[in-house]
Amino acid sequence: MPNSVRTPYDRVVLVAPVTIPYVRYSIESAQWWVGRALKALVDSAGIAPRDIDGFCVSSFTMGNDSGIGLTQHFGLCVRWLDTIPLGGASAIAAVRRAARAVQAGDADIVACVAGDTNHVDSFRHTLENFSRFNQDAVYPYGAGGANSSFALIARNYMRTFGATREDFGKIAVAQRANALRNPNALMKAPLTLDQYMAARPISDPIHLFDCVMPCAGAEAFLIMREDMAASLKLPAVRILATIERHNAFGSDPVQVRGGWAMDVDELYAMAGVKPDALDFVQTYDDYPVISMMQFEDLGFCKKGEGPDFVRQHDLTIDGDFPHNTSGGQLSVGQAGAGGAYLGLVEAMRQVLGTAGPTQVTDARVGLASGFGMINYDRGLASGAAILARAS
Amino acid sequence: MIEPLKRPRRKNPLLRTRLPTSPPRARSRASHGFTLAAAEGRFMLQRCGACGTFAYPARDACPSCLSADLAFVDASRKGTLLSETTMRIPADVHFRERAPWRAGLVALECGPTMVAHLHADCQEGQPVTMSLQLDKSGQAIAFAHPERETPNMTDDKQWREMTADPKFRRVLVTNGRSAVGQEMVSALKAAGASIVFVGLAEPWKPFHGEEALRALEGVQIVPLDVGDEKSCTDLAADIGGKVDILVNTSEHIRAGGLLDRRGTSTVRDEIDQSYLGFVHLAQAFGPAMRFRGADGVNSAAAWVNILSVYALANWPAFGAYSASQAACLSMSHCLRAELRPSGVKVVNVFTGPLDTEWFQTVPPPKVAPRAVASAVVSALKRGLEDVFVGDVAEDIRQRLAANPKALERELGG
Amino acid sequence: MSNTLLDFAAAIGSGAVRVVDLTFTLSPDFPVIVLPPEFGQAAPVRIQQISRYDDAGPAWYWNNLTFGEHTGTHFDAPIHWYTGKDLPNNSVDTLPVRDMIAPACVIDCSAQAAQDPDFLLTIPIVEAWEKQHGRIPERNWVLLRTDWSKRGWRDYANLKDDGAHTPGPDVAVMRWLVKERGVIGFGTETIGTDAGQAGHLDPPYPAHHFLHGGGRYGLQCLCNLDQLPPTGAVIVAAPLKIEHGSGSPLRVLALVPNS
Repeated sequence: MPNSVRTPYDRVVLVAPVTIPYVRYSIESAQWWVGRALKALVDSAGIAPRDIDGFCVSSFTMGNDSGIGLTQHFGLCVRWLDTIPLGGASAIAAVRRAARAVQAGDADIVACVAGDTNHVDSFRHTLENFSRFNQDAVYPYGAGGANSSFALIARNYMRTFGATREDFGKIAVAQRANALRNPNALMKAPLTLDQYMAARPISDPIHLFDCVMPCAGAEAFLIMREDMAASLKLPAVRILATIERHNAFGSDPVQVRGGWAMDVDELYAMAGVKPDALDFVQTYDDYPVISMMQFEDLGFCKKGEGPDFVRQHDLTIDGDFPHNTSGGQLSVGQAGAGGAYLGLVEAMRQVLGTAGPTQVTDARVGLASGFGMINYDRGLASGAAILARAS
Repeated sequence: MIEPLKRPRRKNPLLRTRLPTSPPRARSRASHGFTLAAAEGRFMLQRCGACGTFAYPARDACPSCLSADLAFVDASRKGTLLSETTMRIPADVHFRERAPWRAGLVALECGPTMVAHLHADCQEGQPVTMSLQLDKSGQAIAFAHPERETPNMTDDKQWREMTADPKFRRVLVTNGRSAVGQEMVSALKAAGASIVFVGLAEPWKPFHGEEALRALEGVQIVPLDVGDEKSCTDLAADIGGKVDILVNTSEHIRAGGLLDRRGTSTVRDEIDQSYLGFVHLAQAFGPAMRFRGADGVNSAAAWVNILSVYALANWPAFGAYSASQAACLSMSHCLRAELRPSGVKVVNVFTGPLDTEWFQTVPPPKVAPRAVASAVVSALKRGLEDVFVGDVAEDIRQRLAANPKALERELGG
Repeated sequence: MSNTLLDFAAAIGSGAVRVVDLTFTLSPDFPVIVLPPEFGQAAPVRIQQISRYDDAGPAWYWNNLTFGEHTGTHFDAPIHWYTGKDLPNNSVDTLPVRDMIAPACVIDCSAQAAQDPDFLLTIPIVEAWEKQHGRIPERNWVLLRTDWSKRGWRDYANLKDDGAHTPGPDVAVMRWLVKERGVIGFGTETIGTDAGQAGHLDPPYPAHHFLHGGGRYGLQCLCNLDQLPPTGAVIVAAPLKIEHGSGSPLRVLALVPNS
């Protein structure tokens, strides 16, 4: 295996995957949801809150708080602190930042949390303050959300590469089948391809089942040294490789690829595995078209072969390419920044063998990717991580 | 294919009137380069002075070389439509009411891509012509038309939201006594206005063109003395709910400045007719127009002021007149801000000396009344906000932008 | 003598003396004199509401007014014309108040005016009137009845492309009324004591010229002259006491015995 020049993530592990079950609307604050996740982390790891000496948080609905306000709110005294505003790429970024801090001895136990509430007007408020380019050059055109921006991307992708709505539907239908095994998924009804095709149009070609449902919830994990995890008797997950890239391919007139395509070779070189060695893939599924792009950009097929790839594979838990095994955001719900963590936390459970109803048999190594922050006309942030069980 | 716009039926008096809503209003300061362009009907983009790259959206450093030299320059309107979407269920109230709404991504010939509202006849992959328009929030947006003219093009539903087209609308021309007023009436009828009300003060005074004016179809002469607040409120009581476009053709032009006049009686007339007249009209007609900014095909759409370009820079030979026009100009900005939430545009048409009796001794070039009328109709159809008619007005605009102090001396003689 | 005033007041109360209002309502749409545009113009009437039982004034209604001294039914003082500019007590604030109450002779030329808008009152016409009604006494108003006040505004102003065409006095009769009859003033129903085309007479505007040159007064835009007897009415015409004023709109009342 060709080695990469990247420093390996030796002697640092992820432990204690936590999900605070989602609800459609919550009158609680984001701080409440983050607090629930922190409590679940300390309970799950058998530590005290004061043992946490590193903290990293992502949220869209914390109002005027960032991480520092939460340290006093939750009684955390930390020597490493970060607030990560990268949307769906926040989990990968959190892993990259926190793991290096623990490796360097800057912190011993880092809590990485993403949590958001969902009030009836949360979505609107989040959008209003999302970004300057969206304010100036997107919202005036009627969107009031990301649907239209992704519609333009999807439509171009369909025209350029011959993807059909049926291809996207297959992704959504497979994820729904997966979600029916996940007691935390908010979508409880089965979804057929016919239902997907007949669903209400939102912004052509995006229809109802192409869209995630915003909700309230939280996801979290701890990062610590491998020996500390062993002494706490916590099952641990190793990081084989990570990549991160923002604002890649700016000269593409319309987005047809994400940042992963720039660094995908380095990802697998660092991990020391090939794409076909992975037991599962958790893509960031804000829309099926973006999942399809991730199949291409993360090395499973060539650019433009996404439609064909989807047609050739079974994306369910028991299929030949298990994808978004928890059901993904499309069927579980998008708890704000929690959506970034959804795939990573599910990936941890898969390699630990604790995924329960959604467990892929004998899963040992898999990939979780992140994508987000649609700014003006494209998603800027991206990242991916390959995880494996620590032996 | 656009279906031709249907003449609206009479309003059902039993139904609630739809109130105006605004598309998203927030914009960065840098983005207001587009506001200036849209107001004047120009297509401009930031171009890096160091490396020549065009940048969009508006920003504070060049994305190619990080230079801060990002002035707005006139740019090619050509582009190609890359991708489009039809929004069926927009989250935003304004667009939700107007759904389905079509927007797309255009690759501009000069480089950047631009999200734009689309004319219904734009097709993916085809060339488009771009423009910058002021939408119902009074902010600039990009609009794409098909490169070639298509039938009933100006009847496009989304285009009509960006303009104040007189077609099928009812217009009040406040003063029919002057040549400009009469040309205005004819031009509006020709542009498809369903009815033109023409204000007449002092009906006991005959005037040139009176017979022709009274003989016009679809033109109704109404009593209106803008200097009298009651005259304005009385007329508004009768027709205020039917005025979709108001064109203020009040005119009171006298030569003279300060020291070559004695006393203030002439100044008083100028203030009375021009400034107070404007105030009276605004207070009388503004509220109903503001209420009806979203009231169907013939919604209230625009308030037009015909101002002397010397409102912007005093010409001492007509110094008192210039000052009264300056007062009107400032008030028009106030009115513009107050009407903005309703989507009703305030249009200022600046003209140099007119080719009429009060500018008789002024050498050419002068502006024919017909040219003023034509410029007003064009401004309404293109959705412009600041218009300069004729060579002198354009000259003053350029000189003022280049060096206002030089212009002050040049006008002072 | 001491009872005369009380008797007079009682007579008004009982209706034995009728009070006839010779005044047009002061309103913004009443026609005003139109001078060549280069000259300063008389301000039209402007009524600007200050409040009307509203947030600008909850319990009251009141207005600010703008008008010229020579707007609507109004009074001309000698200082109004150059011929009277140097006379003593020639402005509305200084002229003798006893002049504000005086009898009137009403000369009916309504038939002639109906035929000819440029009708001019002449000495022979007045002398013919005097044969019927007696010599015009000194310090009487002479009011020219033309029924012009009954016309619609357009015909009232009667502006053609060479100016206004409205009736008035000729040069000779004005000189004669002031010099030979000692009238206190001359009143008309039209805009102006002079005829519409009086600018072409010699001297121009003879009513203004001779009245004010003789320290006498003018009244114009009168109405209801057809309700007055040829003699016997007493006019109350008290202009506003404006500092150095050349005239003012006013209430002109005629007191008429009810026969």
